[in-house]
Amino acid sequence: MDFGFSLAPSSAVNLDTVDLSRYNRLVRLEPDARICMACGSCSATCTAGPFSGMSVRKVLLGLQRGQDAQVNRMLSACMLCGKCTMVCPRGINTRNLILNLCRIAADGSVSKGEGRL
Amino acid sequence: MIERIPGAFHPFVLPFVFGMLFVLTYCLVGMIRVFFELPREDRKRFLISLVTPKTIWKNIKDIFLNCLIHVKLWKRNKVLGYMHSSIAFGWFMLILLGHIEVMLFLPHRVRFFYYPIFFNFFVAEADATIQGKVLMFLMDISLLFVLSGILLAIYKRFRSRFFGMRRTTRPSFLDRIAMYALWAIFPLRLLAETFTAHISGGSFLTEPAGLLFHRFISNDIHVLPTWWAYSIALCIFMVLLPFTRYMHIPAEMLLIPMRNAGIKIRHPRKGFAKLEYYTCPNCGVCIDACPMSVRKENLKDCTVYLNRQLRRGNERRIAQISDKCLLCGKCSAVCQVGVQGPELRLAQRELRPYALTPDYSAIDTASMQAAVSAKPAKVLYFAGCMTALTPGIRRATETLLKAAGIDYQLMDPEGGLCCGRPLMMAGRKEAAQALIRKNVEIIRASGCDTLLLSCPICYRVFLESYPLEGIRVVHHSVFLEELMREGRLPVEYTSGSYVFHDPCELGRGCGIYEEPRAALRRIGFLHEAEKHHAESICCGGSLGSLSLGFEKRKDITMNALHNLTANDPETIVTACPLCRSTFARYADRPVEDLSEVLVNHLKSR
Repeated sequence: MDFGFSLAPSSAVNLDTVDLSRYNRLVRLEPDARICMACGSCSATCTAGPFSGMSVRKVLLGLQRGQDAQVNRMLSACMLCGKCTMVCPRGINTRNLILNLCRIAADGSVSKGEGRL
Repeated sequence: MIERIPGAFHPFVLPFVFGMLFVLTYCLVGMIRVFFELPREDRKRFLISLVTPKTIWKNIKDIFLNCLIHVKLWKRNKVLGYMHSSIAFGWFMLILLGHIEVMLFLPHRVRFFYYPIFFNFFVAEADATIQGKVLMFLMDISLLFVLSGILLAIYKRFRSRFFGMRRTTRPSFLDRIAMYALWAIFPLRLLAETFTAHISGGSFLTEPAGLLFHRFISNDIHVLPTWWAYSIALCIFMVLLPFTRYMHIPAEMLLIPMRNAGIKIRHPRKGFAKLEYYTCPNCGVCIDACPMSVRKENLKDCTVYLNRQLRRGNERRIAQISDKCLLCGKCSAVCQVGVQGPELRLAQRELRPYALTPDYSAIDTASMQAAVSAKPAKVLYFAGCMTALTPGIRRATETLLKAAGIDYQLMDPEGGLCCGRPLMMAGRKEAAQALIRKNVEIIRASGCDTLLLSCPICYRVFLESYPLEGIRVVHHSVFLEELMREGRLPVEYTSGSYVFHDPCELGRGCGIYEEPRAALRRIGFLHEAEKHHAESICCGGSLGSLSLGFEKRKDITMNALHNLTANDPETIVTACPLCRSTFARYADRPVEDLSEVLVNHLKSR
């Protein structure tokens, strides 16, 4: 029966079952990912944010919560303008962090090969 | 003139013949390969340029001036210029004069291509005629010219500072061997000709030297060993040439005509790109020029080392070097052979594979199109996303536009899309194209005839990559200067003193140097920085660098600030929101955008 609305799917996160391989790989490539204090400066300045809800803070959080679909949606909206890097109070190279994250596939492997000569 | 050796042959010519045939074959095969690696239309364009009289003349002129005389190097550094032109031009004269001698006296021997090189060995009494004497004299002068260059080259190895170079490249092992062979060639030639001088005849250099040696050693027994040594040194140099930096000699002769034909890098490793990194002479001028070189650990990240790693195919280092660069373009500005460091790196970045590709299809530009078409204006002002961090620039520009009575409207009042240049700098061209298409839709909907930009990063991409025929794309520094020149923007001259920092994308990127300076001269005294115009130093905030961290950029910014404040100006002025916020972080004096200083000098009507 259609009531015109439905129940929101559960947003509960079971941290015990989260696959952290992608996050761990990122930390190896960009150790600064761990010093983020989630201040949200990156979200406030984001050019892509108003169009897509992109936020580096949420990306890092989502990675640690296993919200891969959401993370990928945000990452693919990024325009790499680099303002998040300029305002980050922790001096994280967020632009490179995003680029590196785009290189890491879901299973944590860094994609290479097809671009090689 | 008597032919001393019948049959015109002696075994000592064999090493030279082998080396010569090897290097000629190698270069010929290389040239053909580079040619066929070019895309079809580039090949066609190159061939057409080879038969166009205008480019033929330009090619000959450029090859003569750059490969032999090294005019560009002379302009930069006289000692280095002398060193290079003495070796290149002197050696060329030796070869040319050798051929003239053979053609004049023994025309039937021209087909032995080694004959002119070892001419003095094969003949006797070459200086018997007046022509012979003159040619011998010219030969000796050329040899002396080359030897002086070689002496300087040896001295340069020990004290590069004498030549104005703080740092030079570390030669690789093969580079060293080839270099020692090159150093040996000319002294050996002098010795060989000296010991033969009493047979073949000589001139002011070889004859007295021969007499001098004759006083204490027997010349005759040294004749053959020295000619052998000379031939072997030539052989070593020529066999090693393709694998060392000396490859730039033949490569540049192909690079110049290809560049004149308008060919650009299309593939990161093939065709023109390959030719460029083989043309790099490893001189290391780019090391001192690179803004990153203030940090010792980044010394090996400049273009000369990129070229070296590209030749070696060291993928790990190639990726590192290309990602670190700020893309400021200063290495290209100072490069003697015109290697395009930033373009080479961008091509490498495009190779990088990604698991995730950007997708902007969800962005709907309809509302933005509606907003700009609601009240059409002649001038569409795109402040750019960087000005969101420096809102003063947008405010000041708007005030100035209003004061001049310009009919304008904002393209991004609530924050617009990115221009696409940062994506291009990261090597993601297709994603940039998606943004470009969306921005073009908005611009076309506005019906403007001028697109005004505050940010040089945007300006460059709008100028180079946007299909905006019929719309004038202009940076605010140029536009405001025009308004002042036309008297529409009255400003006052005060006692303030300024220095202008050329943003990389505006100066080297788009060639705009004079307009912002002219604008500043109208409101105060303009100092010059120590390094300015095409040699200005990147602020360190560039979006070009992907992997350079925040802390590491500080040294670069401090160095750039030090350069700007050499003449102690009161205010540092720039025309880029990114440079402005980068400098403002560390500067000991006010840093302002051009529009902000102009607004402070606006005469109230």
